Amino acid sequence: MFLLTSCEDKQKHPEPLPSDSIFNLSSQWKNQYGDSLYLKDLQGKTLVVVMIYTSCKTACPILVSKMKSIESKIAKKDKRDVSLVLVSIDPETDTPARLHEFAKTNQMSDPQWVFLTSNESSTQEFANVLSMKYKKISPIDFSHSNIISVFSPDGQLVSQEEGAIDVDKVVLTLHETVQKSK
Amino acid sequence: MSIGLMSCSNQENNPVEEKSFADHFSGTVQNTRVNTAMAYIPGGEYKPFYGSDTSLVKVEPFLLDERPVTNGEYLDFVKSNPAWQKSNVKRIFADTAYLHNWSSDTTLPEGANADAPICNISWFAAKAYAESIGKRLPTLDEWEFVAMADATSPNARSKSEYSDRIIDLYLQKNRQFNPVKHSPPNYWGVYNMFDLIWEWTDDFNSILTTGDSRSGQYEDKSLFCAGGATSATDILNYAAFMRFALRTSLKADFTVANLGFRCARDTVVHLNK
Repeated sequence: MFLLTSCEDKQKHPEPLPSDSIFNLSSQWKNQYGDSLYLKDLQGKTLVVVMIYTSCKTACPILVSKMKSIESKIAKKDKRDVSLVLVSIDPETDTPARLHEFAKTNQMSDPQWVFLTSNESSTQEFANVLSMKYKKISPIDFSHSNIISVFSPDGQLVSQEEGAIDVDKVVLTLHETVQKSK
Repeated sequence: MSIGLMSCSNQENNPVEEKSFADHFSGTVQNTRVNTAMAYIPGGEYKPFYGSDTSLVKVEPFLLDERPVTNGEYLDFVKSNPAWQKSNVKRIFADTAYLHNWSSDTTLPEGANADAPICNISWFAAKAYAESIGKRLPTLDEWEFVAMADATSPNARSKSEYSDRIIDLYLQKNRQFNPVKHSPPNYWGVYNMFDLIWEWTDDFNSILTTGDSRSGQYEDKSLFCAGGATSATDILNYAAFMRFALRTSLKADFTVANLGFRCARDTVVHLNK
């Protein structure tokens, strides 16, 4: 009886979000299945986050392959506790359908893969949260910084790898973050 | 000190004799909720100081606040938006120095002039303020387009005294404590572009170079996709270079003692936005 009450209490009064959590952002997103969601809906799993656009021919394929490499190196027991999130910096082109197609083509259809697209303003805000720089340099091309970020299950930034990203370092951080949150 | 004197005498020697655009155009817009007049900027093409290449960038017509947002206005904002008071603000939206000099959540710093520009606010805070009154932050291109003007011409970049004067202003200390609109407006009728504060722009994060790369070269091209596509186009304009160097060193949650903002608005209201 006591246990039940305690559980109920916990549900009614969830712990407040840390002040520096990305889940404080109120922007609305769509995933590759067209479902509307808030960043807060990603709460509870350790997140690996990268910003890309699907028509990119230069650095993004490298970033995508790094994300896939990270995913392949996650320890089996950690897999259920991790989401790999690819956020589009080109919301105009990257519709949910296009993201879905992109996921299929790149064999990223398993449930741990989350693709997000929103509008220009929310995208810019999110890029600023990641301290990521980007600029549209033509209707189909963007310049952008290459950053892979790891967030704790309550949305706090754990680490960022920028430039020539060391996959093994990200995997290690990821493992430590999952362990800590268990 | 001599720098300040030089700058003052410059202003006296260059009185606004030519008719400025603002004299011809009476279409300033009063915001119904915040009493800041906005200047109509007809836009045009301009060559960015720092940009993708040497091609011209088109700036659409827009409205720009004639002056920066003041302490007094920001106080009103936090009173009606408690989430932006200094003890309530989420850390992800502003660093620990946010409004750090305010005496309380709703009290300006002791001795602060209510008409001086608000500083110590983050990009997120500036954006929230602008949205609260139906405005937005100017883009980097919009801001720089207006910044090309001196008192008598829309583009004074080729005049040697234009850059010299701005650098003189930039070198003055503690100028952010002075009230707005106490110096002459530029050609567009816009005040205080250089003499009080640095200003946030909406897309300050769009400059793909690092704050440390003073030579204009990149230390690590792998930091950016298509990073080689950007370089300086007007390196002689050192004042503009200083602004770009500052912007590249900023993060959206940073708060800086002499960094404030002003608002802008589209000339056409987009109902879908």
